[in-house]
Amino acid sequence: MGKVKGKSGPLARRPDNSAFKQQRLPAWSPMLTANTVLPFFYFMALLCMLLGVWLLLTVQSTQEKKLDYTEAGTCNTCFELRKNVSNAAKPCSCKVEFEIKKAFKGDVFFYYGLQNFHQNLRRYMDSRDDGQMVGRKKNLKNPSTYCKPFTNGLNRLPIAPCGAVANSIFNDSFTLSYRGSRGRVVPVPLLRKGLTWYTDKNIKYRNPQDGNMTLAQVLEGTAQPLYWQKPAYELDTHDPNNNGFINDDLIVWMREAAFPNFKKLYGVLYRATKPFTTGLPAGNYSINISYNFPVQYFRGRKEVVLTTLTWFGGQNHFLPVAYLITSCLILLIAVVLTVAWCKFGKNGRNMEGDGMPSGTTNEWLKSVLL
Amino acid sequence: MESLTSYFGPLCGKEEKPEEERHFRANDRPFNLSYRYADNAIKTSKYNLFTFLPLNLFEQFGRLANAYFLFLMVLQLIPQVSSLSWFTTAVPLFLVLAITAVKDASDDINRHRSDKQVNNRMVDVLIDGELRNEKWMNVQVGDIIKLENNQFVTADLMLLSSSEPLNLVYVETAELDGETNLKVKQALTVTGDMGDSTDSLASFKGEVRCEPPNNRLDRFRGTLSLDGQTYSLDNDKVLLRGCTLRNTEWCFGLVIFGGPDTKLMQNSGKTTLKRTSIDHLMNVLVLCIFGFLASMCAVLAIGNGIWEVREGSVFTVFLPREQGVNAALSSFLSFWSYVIVLNTVVPISLYVSVEIIRLGNSFFIDWDRKMYYPKSDTPAQARTTTLNEELGQIKYIFSDKTGTLTQNIMTFNKCSINGKAYGELFDFSGQRVEITEKSEKVDFSWNQLADPKFFFHDHSLVETVREGNQEAQAFFRLLALCHTVMPEEKKEGELYYQAQSPDEGALVTAARNFGFVFRSRTPETITAVEMGRQVVYELLAVLDFNNVRKRMSVIVRSPEGKLTLYCKGADTIIYERLHPSCNKLKEVTTGHLNEYAGDGLRTLVLAYKDLDESYMDEWKLRHHEASTAMDDREERLDQLYEEIEKDLQLLGATAVEDKLQDGVPQTIEQLAKADIKIWVLTGDKQETAENIGYSCNMLREEMKEIFVVAANTAEAVKEELRNARRIMCPDSAEEPSVIKARAGLFWLQKTERVEDEKVDGDYGLVINGHSLAFALDTDLHLELLRTACMCQTVICCRVTPLQKAQVVQLVKKYKQAVTLAIGDGANDVSMIKAAHIGVGISGQEGMQAVLSSDYSFAQFRYLQRLLLVHGRWSYLRMCKFLQYFFYKNFTFTFVHFWYAFFCGFSAQTVYDEWFITLYNLVYTALPVLAMSIFDQDVNDRWSSQYPQLYAPGQLNLYFSKKAFVSCMMHSCYSSLILFFIPWAAMHDTVRDDGKDIADYQSFALLAQTCLLIVMSAQLCLDTSYWTAVNQFFVWGSLAAYFAVTLTMYSNGMFLIFTSSFPFIGTARNSLNQPNVWLTVFLTSLLCILPVVAFRFILIQLWPTANDKVRHKVRKEALPAPAPRRPPTRRISTRRSGYAFSHAQGYGDLVTSRRFLLRLPLRSRPLFTQTDSPLAQNQPQHYRTIPEEAEDSQKPPPTGGAAAAQ
Repeated sequence: MGKVKGKSGPLARRPDNSAFKQQRLPAWSPMLTANTVLPFFYFMALLCMLLGVWLLLTVQSTQEKKLDYTEAGTCNTCFELRKNVSNAAKPCSCKVEFEIKKAFKGDVFFYYGLQNFHQNLRRYMDSRDDGQMVGRKKNLKNPSTYCKPFTNGLNRLPIAPCGAVANSIFNDSFTLSYRGSRGRVVPVPLLRKGLTWYTDKNIKYRNPQDGNMTLAQVLEGTAQPLYWQKPAYELDTHDPNNNGFINDDLIVWMREAAFPNFKKLYGVLYRATKPFTTGLPAGNYSINISYNFPVQYFRGRKEVVLTTLTWFGGQNHFLPVAYLITSCLILLIAVVLTVAWCKFGKNGRNMEGDGMPSGTTNEWLKSVLL
Repeated sequence: MESLTSYFGPLCGKEEKPEEERHFRANDRPFNLSYRYADNAIKTSKYNLFTFLPLNLFEQFGRLANAYFLFLMVLQLIPQVSSLSWFTTAVPLFLVLAITAVKDASDDINRHRSDKQVNNRMVDVLIDGELRNEKWMNVQVGDIIKLENNQFVTADLMLLSSSEPLNLVYVETAELDGETNLKVKQALTVTGDMGDSTDSLASFKGEVRCEPPNNRLDRFRGTLSLDGQTYSLDNDKVLLRGCTLRNTEWCFGLVIFGGPDTKLMQNSGKTTLKRTSIDHLMNVLVLCIFGFLASMCAVLAIGNGIWEVREGSVFTVFLPREQGVNAALSSFLSFWSYVIVLNTVVPISLYVSVEIIRLGNSFFIDWDRKMYYPKSDTPAQARTTTLNEELGQIKYIFSDKTGTLTQNIMTFNKCSINGKAYGELFDFSGQRVEITEKSEKVDFSWNQLADPKFFFHDHSLVETVREGNQEAQAFFRLLALCHTVMPEEKKEGELYYQAQSPDEGALVTAARNFGFVFRSRTPETITAVEMGRQVVYELLAVLDFNNVRKRMSVIVRSPEGKLTLYCKGADTIIYERLHPSCNKLKEVTTGHLNEYAGDGLRTLVLAYKDLDESYMDEWKLRHHEASTAMDDREERLDQLYEEIEKDLQLLGATAVEDKLQDGVPQTIEQLAKADIKIWVLTGDKQETAENIGYSCNMLREEMKEIFVVAANTAEAVKEELRNARRIMCPDSAEEPSVIKARAGLFWLQKTERVEDEKVDGDYGLVINGHSLAFALDTDLHLELLRTACMCQTVICCRVTPLQKAQVVQLVKKYKQAVTLAIGDGANDVSMIKAAHIGVGISGQEGMQAVLSSDYSFAQFRYLQRLLLVHGRWSYLRMCKFLQYFFYKNFTFTFVHFWYAFFCGFSAQTVYDEWFITLYNLVYTALPVLAMSIFDQDVNDRWSSQYPQLYAPGQLNLYFSKKAFVSCMMHSCYSSLILFFIPWAAMHDTVRDDGKDIADYQSFALLAQTCLLIVMSAQLCLDTSYWTAVNQFFVWGSLAAYFAVTLTMYSNGMFLIFTSSFPFIGTARNSLNQPNVWLTVFLTSLLCILPVVAFRFILIQLWPTANDKVRHKVRKEALPAPAPRRPPTRRISTRRSGYAFSHAQGYGDLVTSRRFLLRLPLRSRPLFTQTDSPLAQNQPQHYRTIPEEAEDSQKPPPTGGAAAAQ
């Protein structure tokens, strides 16, 4: 429109003859024709089939052992004990035994799993202070209101780390033992570090720093979360660098699960010593559990999972099966389309005059489809 | 409601009794002011400085979506409920309000400006015995004002006196009723005697009683009391605001109605905000969506209640409830939280995007070179930017005739003289040659009095005349003598004709150029210059034209003393009165007449008769007797005329072309193919209108029947309409079946509908103004509607502006179809405003029509492109847009719904909050906009080649409630896939290094990536016209999504705005996982492939017209531009009626002596100034002086002749 001013003369107001203004922009107008659609469908069916088979083979190569220990074995007593809140502080440990029939080859990952634990409730998820966890001094003593009601603990001291998420940290601990062929019990070494995302460990979570003060000194004046048995700076007694907000277990827990049933990494098999250099050998195993986390309130279950991985992740059969089913569906559709095309579309009669292929089934189909 | 206002009315002091009679005194302001009549200021603006903000905001929040977002914003401020940050809705809402407000403000400023300009025009007002220059707005009822030549009439005036003899004034009423000819008004003698004497005018104490303000342009009743005498006032004594004074030096008038009371303003009708049917549908849908949203939230709230009781109560160990919140309250709160989370089903960006798309399409209309008219340098203009898609749904077109279909130019085109046809061109082989602008024109330079603007192409005629062919000379002599044209010669040799009708002017001009120049007339003589020789004929009698006679004759005595009667008239009439000796000639001429009529020309047959001196003397005596007789004068005269007009000798026939605008028949043909019904509403006479109907292909010979309704009583009209209907559809129900329904928001709006009835074959209907007035009455209008809608073509003649609007409203009300009105004059304004879409033809009669129109361009033929190309595209684009837009938002929202079952109904969102904010605003905004601005299924040439492609719009096929429901089902399916596939794939898996990937943040990222990719793929599937811009926007948006996501999830953003960007590292850690991408791929396949398969199978089994054309497009190259076919020659048995388009001529005046008394002395140029560009373009411009007798236009008298005194 602005160009109008520039011109004068008899055709001053004539619109520009540009492809854009005249709506003649060069363009590609694809259409759904048999030549493109049918090959595409067949190709997709084939592709999905191949992917499905490949994924299935991959998944089949993994091994997994799931063990629900909520009430299993001797844990039954602990389960009963934890039903009463007044016994919350009483230690209880139990032992669950299981057998691995086929050796787990390669890296073995140890998970604890919870069922029916809603980490994804809106108020639960919001109940944390990322500013505190990243080591902001201001937030340390002055936690965000989102943490309510876990902002202030004993003596009205600010809680560090505050909020419902940190407060409810999973506090069972496990020791896995292998009973060898000669009845000798060998503890299975678990690597309890490197369980978190690099970004979480190094950026998202940081301990507050104040000169040369130790962590305990920095956290002076804050309270530990209500349900914690130890303060934050004593989470890992072996490695001082795995304490406070950068404790691996805490970080793993703080990455809230999307669904109420989830599993979280507890440790990785340390394969430096025999007989675990190639993975977990077949045989009998037992897990000693320090049973602290109460699940009976919310009808939850607890489990441990031992699994090997591939490039595709853990043993999840869904995607391979889904790909195989999809492939069959696409193939079916492709055949139907081909038939429809051969019967009606191929000769192009439909595309000529106004005549429609008639017939009662046809009309019926149309009324159903449209 | 009504009782409420009537109750509060008196309290507010606003109670106003409708004015029953207007009563005022001239020159008595205090007395007149006591009545509190409106003064002459007009106001069309809506706001002022102070009321703008509140009023405009009020109006804007009247929009459902805006109010809803305000409500959402308030909700989000409540912390217990807020599930999203408050700014996610506030920012878009503010933007939308601001943009709209700015647009409204600039519109209103323009209105203020034009009001101010009109109100501040100056006029001379007689105050306290002297003339003062006053602003228009200060003029009061009862004031006497002085108008000068070419001034606009200030208010509705009673004419007091004028500079002209007999107190006549000439006014041009083009602004008012669209007629370009001059009209005469005459003052009462008693007031006219005052002349321009200020003293007598100042002491004028007349008292006027008259009808209250109304919108009848053709009627005025009142009385003037002066010195005890009462005089009746009628339309002839009233000058209406909006007219222009012409050819009158000055006149004085007494203000009767001012400002808003004037007939012009009363006629202008209310400007109602036009909304498209898609708008209405959208409102209804938005309402449905609200209901749907509420029920979704209710379901989720109930779910929350149940969950809180069963699970939440035991989970309180880890997540204690807030104080005072129990399961019930939590459920209530979660209802509102979900209202916020799911708000995206009613996206505010919907309205903004719709406006943008419409704006874009409006620009394309503005820019279209194919709708640009180089001759007048006029591009098409979309004056309203909110109605575009409605252009693709037009079912009825109401068209004006003069200036719209025709150019309002008459040209003498062909003639048949003594059995020989002239006017056609032949090449050497005897083939007819099309006459174009390039054809060689006849050189008239030998004739000094010739009109330079007259063109003729057949040289043989000039040669014949110049050779001295007796018949040819007699032929043109007749044309030069037998008429009632008034000549004006302001300079020697520069002749101007004032003709009764453009036809007559064209004929006299033709005679002039062929050497028979009509020079001047006195009551007794006609002076002509015949082949350069001045000849004075004695005019003995004028046997004037009227409707029944359909002919006119003059009896003249040549200088040689020969008495001749010259007669011209309708062929059928003249043929009955021919002497048997011309039978052979008659046959040949009939052939020519048929040919002319077939070409849509207006024909006229010429004949003469030599008279006997003695017979003439005797006849004259009887004529004198008859014309002075007291009773039966008319009949006796008619008998005398009948007696003398017989045994005529046939001379030949003329053919005058009422020039159609270029391409009108082709356009109408194409529009008819698109199943658009065209009604012509014209102020013209029936014959003229019919004629045009034939020549522009609306009425066709092959039509089964053409009904003419021209009755004078309501009963007769009813009978004629019924008969027509019975013929067309014998088994139609006697009583119209009106389907009553409710529609619109909250189903408050009652609609009535009359179904279309099926008719075999094409019919036409012609109805005249008189009958139309009856037919539009409430008890007959359904009858009219049913009959008219059965016909392919409807022509209404002699229609007043208001009736035009009524007809449009009738169809609009009962057919629920989209209507378009097209016109060029001020008389079309009401119709243009009433129709869904008004189109103004610019550059002809003033700008009134254009100013009130929604679209304007210079030529009728552009209508085809506007509808079939732009309208269709706009509709298609809008529908595609809406369908996609609803799909994308529903899918987006439904995923939240499914997630609620996993997160304890806690109003946790699936996606990152930033994704929710940016989804509509950034990630998906541009691709869909590009699609809805550029998309075309087939290009413009194919669009106009296959008008049947227009049909889906009329039937609302592309977007309706049904389409909306299927769109929802589709969304539902997609959202199920989009939620459950990622869920199943992820809930129990881990990364390839054993670390977490089933966490909330990773899942959110996966779900939103799937969603965005599926939405983009769906868009690609919907886009049928891939320009570079589309490609850029689609890929750009996807790229932007990843770029923005990686940025927002980066370390830097987290460290700076820790609490706003908690998703740090999620993108890096999960997008490098193969199973994430495999999930995305599977999800996309499952969402897209069924759609592809479904569409493909539809194309194979039931291809639409659209698919067929697209199929053709693939096979063939571009269609050749439609050849400019010569209009097909109609084989016609029907001959055009008498060409004259006007009734009673002014034969009386011609012979009355009085009128011409001072005429030779006056030599005022007729065309010194005219603002109509037409005057410069056309060969000759004729203006008619007398009005038609008022009665023929008058609807039945309603209240006796009360005012006649």
